[in-house]
Amino acid sequence: MLAYAIRRFGQSLFVLVLMSFLVFVGVFAIGDPIELLVNPQADEVERLRTTAALGLDRPFLEQYWVFLKGAASGDLGKSFVYNVPALTLILQKLPATFELALVAMVMAIFLGIPLGLYAGLKPDSFIGRGIMAGSILGFSLPTFWVGLVLIMIFSVQLGWLPSNGRGETVLLAGIPVSFLTASGLAHLAMPAFNLALFKLSLLIRLTRAGTREAVLQDYVKFARAKGLTQGRVIGVHVLKNILIPIVTVIGLELGSVIAFAIVTESIFAWPGTGKLLIDSINQLDRPVIVAYLLVIVTLFIVINFVVDVLYSMLDPRVRLGGAAAAH
Amino acid sequence: MGIASDSPWARFRAEFAESRLAMLGLALLLVIVTIGVFAPVISPQNPYDLAQIDVMDSKLAPGEKSADGHTFWLGTDDQGRDMLSGIFYGLRISLGVGIASTVLALAIGLAFGLVAAYFGGWTDTIIMRIVDIQLSFPAILIALVLLAVLGQGVDKIVIALVTVQWAYYARTVRSSALVERQKEYIEAARVLALGQGRIVFRHLLPNCLPPLIVVATVQVAHAIALEATLSFLGLGLPITEPSLGLLISNGFQYLLSGKYWISFYPGLALLLTIMAINLVADQLRDILNPRLRK
Repeated sequence: MLAYAIRRFGQSLFVLVLMSFLVFVGVFAIGDPIELLVNPQADEVERLRTTAALGLDRPFLEQYWVFLKGAASGDLGKSFVYNVPALTLILQKLPATFELALVAMVMAIFLGIPLGLYAGLKPDSFIGRGIMAGSILGFSLPTFWVGLVLIMIFSVQLGWLPSNGRGETVLLAGIPVSFLTASGLAHLAMPAFNLALFKLSLLIRLTRAGTREAVLQDYVKFARAKGLTQGRVIGVHVLKNILIPIVTVIGLELGSVIAFAIVTESIFAWPGTGKLLIDSINQLDRPVIVAYLLVIVTLFIVINFVVDVLYSMLDPRVRLGGAAAAH
Repeated sequence: MGIASDSPWARFRAEFAESRLAMLGLALLLVIVTIGVFAPVISPQNPYDLAQIDVMDSKLAPGEKSADGHTFWLGTDDQGRDMLSGIFYGLRISLGVGIASTVLALAIGLAFGLVAAYFGGWTDTIIMRIVDIQLSFPAILIALVLLAVLGQGVDKIVIALVTVQWAYYARTVRSSALVERQKEYIEAARVLALGQGRIVFRHLLPNCLPPLIVVATVQVAHAIALEATLSFLGLGLPITEPSLGLLISNGFQYLLSGKYWISFYPGLALLLTIMAINLVADQLRDILNPRLRK
């Protein structure tokens, strides 16, 4: 287990450095941020002074080396636009993204698994077919399109829900959260559902497929023959056995929820990291782009690791070391 | 299988026609593709010819008439462009980008997947490692970063879409090629001392194609949706070549003031396109999957 963790850590570090280099090369190639930062009326001296102050006059490899040295001590550079450390900027916006992603995931789980179970137990019923049709729609519609339709219905036509921002926040352990205020909840509802829809559809499909297979198994027949109640057969015998792939997918999708939050945040003007990324790309704020990607990649690596470990705990047949060696 | 009089193509058509929903999807898709191909001929106006649009006609509701008397069936946008024409041209660009990127990604993924499966060993390890790492990141993130670096343009978005898609094909091809490689006809080809290129491309490749066709059909829909999303975020296509996503994005700012049509109708066109492709792809999957064959 320890050896496995160390090997994974080494691999992760390699991926991270490689990514940072690729991203740095890439971001280095984007336009000239000086054009956007300096007052258009500024003279050449002023321009050169700003370029030098930001370190943009030095050769590429030197800039990368400076960045790497800084990164090792947790300094990912200062935002050109806000003039604060890029990492601080991202960490400030991270709670909003996490809140949105977690609420979306909880929504997807608590709607997706029961709906999937129902559709799996009664696949030919009207409701069962309806659930499947809904999940196909949720699967194929682009997130931003659904977001627009939600705004059109609930904000413009019905006027029930606000279409942008976070609403009122309260501090929970020093972190601002929206879900504890009425206004915050109203603001959260649409973006969270929008973000949840794809995962919801995925979970419905997975649960339905798992359930349809499980109900035919001998252990379910046996449980029924023992005279157990329907609730216990489904809640314990079926659910427990289909949960393994579901837990894996939930874990793996957690990272992609955060990535897809970029789209949802842009539509609903949710002040999280995704919106920050899009704004930074438009403003050529290189340090923030690089820092965002490194933070996201780190997050992905951590999530994947935790999922692998959890998976091996849920299913003793999976051995971590063996799985890694087989690759 | 044993029906001698039927050609495979006739059987394929008959099986496809079994699902009415799939036929509906196919019909819809044909209409959409026809509109895309003939957009310049059938559009009421060329929405990008400044001589044909009039700012006086801007933001007209669907069904309203312009100053010189012709009707804008789907309304106009902020520049006074006819939305119907805009959607026809947008379909052309969205379909073009979706199909071009899918075909290119398919070719690249096919080549790498076949090479990985056929040669195995180090070649396989290196190619599949890259595929694994790439697939562990969401497509949208990779495409976003690439476009941030490359800038806007049709060629750039095709590059981004190809980059995020090739890995799916490589993985799909590899897994079916690994199975095919074990079969006797490959052994026979080797015994005949045919060249490796010939074995890979003339013998292995045709037998790996069916699952790939299914993946590719679905991927066209994904590519179109992804392009629309990126354009919506302002990172895809330039304003001079507006796809459906860009039209939707353009109308987004007017959505809250009740001028729904600038966003809604391009959105509807996007929805119908994606649904039509998915309906056809689902039926293709059912036909080409031998396990589901009756």
